[in-house]
Amino acid sequence: MTPTTNKPADGAAKQSSAGFVYLPLVAGWLIPGAGHFLLRKWVRGALLFVSIVSMFALGLAMQGKIYTGAHEVLDMLGVAGDLGGGLLYLISRALGLGADPVQTTVADYGTKFIVVAGLLNIIAAVDAHNLRTGRKS
Amino acid sequence: MLHPSHLAAVILFALFASVVFGITMRETPRRMIRYGAYCFVLFVGSAVLLSWVMFFIAR
Repeated sequence: MTPTTNKPADGAAKQSSAGFVYLPLVAGWLIPGAGHFLLRKWVRGALLFVSIVSMFALGLAMQGKIYTGAHEVLDMLGVAGDLGGGLLYLISRALGLGADPVQTTVADYGTKFIVVAGLLNIIAAVDAHNLRTGRKS
Repeated sequence: MLHPSHLAAVILFALFASVVFGITMRETPRRMIRYGAYCFVLFVGSAVLLSWVMFFIAR
């Protein structure tokens, strides 16, 4: 029986063995779409960047709240979601954005926009990691 | 402060979420576009449908 070769798998294995495997994951978390940029997926990265940053910015523009402390279970989930935004979250915290309490319905929508932007960023970063490891083509 | 209507907020939310879902959940560009459009229609359609349900419940 002759040995068979699987070129795509070999290529993925070779690619995954070079460099820091988690770099796209970390970069993608810090800056939306950066993980895809590192993998030269320019269009995907640009679309992810525009979508996630726009969602986060719209949330702030609607006077959404950025969770800062975890006093209750729902607050903890909010902090976890917001942290997914990476540098967007850290910069907003540093600038004091999203610190006002929610007083209108639209501001509540904004809070959800900010949390979901963070969660979508985590999905995008994990996708970049899967591309990096060859789990996804 | 930005004050979008409820429908505008739903459409914006659906648009951005669908783009990310499409890119991350499918592998080829064609399937990404189709899945993104599918998610967008489901997001907006379900919001409109539930809004009508709540409207009739409230009456």
